[in-house]
Amino acid sequence: MSDTKHSASDTASWFLSTARERLAGLLDSGSFTEFLPPTERAMSPHLALFDLPAAFDDGMIVGRGELEGHEVLVAAQEGQFMGGTFAEVSGAKLVGLLRAVRDDAKLPRTVLLLLDSGGVRLQEANAGELAVAEVMRAIVEARAAGVTVIALVGGRAGAFGGAGLTAATCSRIVLSEQGRTGVTGPEVIETNKGVEEFDSQDKALVWSVTGGRSRRLIGGADAYCGDTVAAFRQAALAVMDRVPAFDLATLQAEQVRLAARVKRLGACESAAQMWSALAIPDSQSVRNMDDEAFTALVAGVEGADHDAR
Amino acid sequence: METIKFRHVTRAPAAGTAGSVIVGVVGSGNLEVLLERTLPDTECTVEIATPVRGYGEVWKAVVADFVERASPGGLRISINDGGARPDTVMLRLLQGVRTMEAGHE
Repeated sequence: MSDTKHSASDTASWFLSTARERLAGLLDSGSFTEFLPPTERAMSPHLALFDLPAAFDDGMIVGRGELEGHEVLVAAQEGQFMGGTFAEVSGAKLVGLLRAVRDDAKLPRTVLLLLDSGGVRLQEANAGELAVAEVMRAIVEARAAGVTVIALVGGRAGAFGGAGLTAATCSRIVLSEQGRTGVTGPEVIETNKGVEEFDSQDKALVWSVTGGRSRRLIGGADAYCGDTVAAFRQAALAVMDRVPAFDLATLQAEQVRLAARVKRLGACESAAQMWSALAIPDSQSVRNMDDEAFTALVAGVEGADHDAR
Repeated sequence: METIKFRHVTRAPAAGTAGSVIVGVVGSGNLEVLLERTLPDTECTVEIATPVRGYGEVWKAVVADFVERASPGGLRISINDGGARPDTVMLRLLQGVRTMEAGHE
């Protein structure tokens, strides 16, 4: 049911939009209520020490709204501000939202995390690391309380470091081709292991390894969508009602799946080798086909779909 | 960080009914502008926090030009600057008052 209420922003690129533009386009018009809005000036107390400008929302927007009539809580990171990083204030806003939904059954039972983050803000590293740990625990506790947490990843910063870990604790992950996830980002790998190990300037390499298509093919994401606000909305709606039980059986099934994945793909040295190992005919074409063809391809790949997370 | 504050008397109140609006992002060469309708109808304040020191005279000229063009009466305007150029600053300020005019709150 996509009617005219979204039409202006439907075709906008998720990758190029700001966090506020994404929320405005994603949610039903006029339904968004922000908690701790910019006028509250909940800002980083630390950045001035480094002669760096702060932001009125510390790059984290939290609130509630409606998605095609479904009540949801939302949190969106602004990837253009300090790389969307987890820090004292931005982290506390997200932890507060997740703990509230964990404890208050009257709040919406679905949380959308619009991740766009390189991980922990180095200027506030201790607070940021703590925030990531608290966020992951809060997500797990919320899921145990019956809440669905969906990660939407398609921004400039991707979801790396603590954001990659956070995504992995969610009930469902939606990725676009541009939406990279991982724990250690390309620049960090290159810095630590050398350019021979991983050339972070080689965008084809970076996207083929960390990008949405590879992640989706090996079951690292549950849904793949195009780079538009409308595509993310449809994908979020589609996975909202297909969430597995959060119990021991699910976790054991995931463990089995991951063990099988390592056995099958562990020796591969490139994404293209993985695509071949997944029995994809003409594996090089994965990079070039359009989104529709890719979605059709995924449907036939063993191990890309699973109910365990 | 350098903070700069200007206070202006305007010809008329800013149009629209939105209580507050934020435009832009604190990124390299960009800035965020928070506008709040909290002042008397013909007053406008602009407070800037910038890591780039020594450009007070440029800010003063840009803000004075903006107030002359937009007549943003009643607005408390707060800026977090990421090293934006004067033309970017002017566009963001105008985008802000335009959004205040269009928004409903």
